[in-house]
Amino acid sequence: MPGYAEILVSAFIVLGGLFGLVGSFGLIKLRDTMQRLHGPTKATTLGIGSVLIASMTYFYLIKGHVSFHELLITLFLFLTAPITANFIAKAYITRHIREQDLPATSSDYGWSVYDDPPGKETEEG
Amino acid sequence: MITLALLFAFVCFGLGLLFCLWRITTGPDNADRILALDTMVINVIALLVLYGVWKGTAVYFEASMLVAMVGFVSTVAYCRFILRGDIIE
Repeated sequence: MPGYAEILVSAFIVLGGLFGLVGSFGLIKLRDTMQRLHGPTKATTLGIGSVLIASMTYFYLIKGHVSFHELLITLFLFLTAPITANFIAKAYITRHIREQDLPATSSDYGWSVYDDPPGKETEEG
Repeated sequence: MITLALLFAFVCFGLGLLFCLWRITTGPDNADRILALDTMVINVIALLVLYGVWKGTAVYFEASMLVAMVGFVSTVAYCRFILRGDIIE
């Protein structure tokens, strides 16, 4: 019985390590900044998900108690990863792409990097 | 067996940290540096969780949760600095 648990935990840990390594390697391998957004925000999130699953399995099957901290960390990271990627893309657009080079949006509003929605005093993001 | 897997994962995330450091030093753009810093934070969270498994204690989850929050806030702050600094001034 502990043999299966050890194999399961080890497999998830190795999988997480590989995903983390691939995500960070994509950061130096890909050519463009917009391409580089893909590597860390997807692969590293998968890697840390595997690590947290391994931790939950370890504490439940081997230590014998349930811990919910991993679920909190997973929820927080999966909620904040798209926001972070969106902000980085907006920073890149602001610095490198002119407004007239962007394609037209299909709604009444322009790109949120350059235009605020009318009728609101909200700032960027 | 878990020990061997943990050592492998430590090496993987350590190499990931080195890659991120290389991207921070040579990154041609500020967005690259922000992305590398965010990836560094994620790697550090994974290292902390794995260290908690290594030691067999649940103490390090609070530390990794705090690192996650501080990393998200710092990333958003850096991006907003770039956005507002270019738009308003």
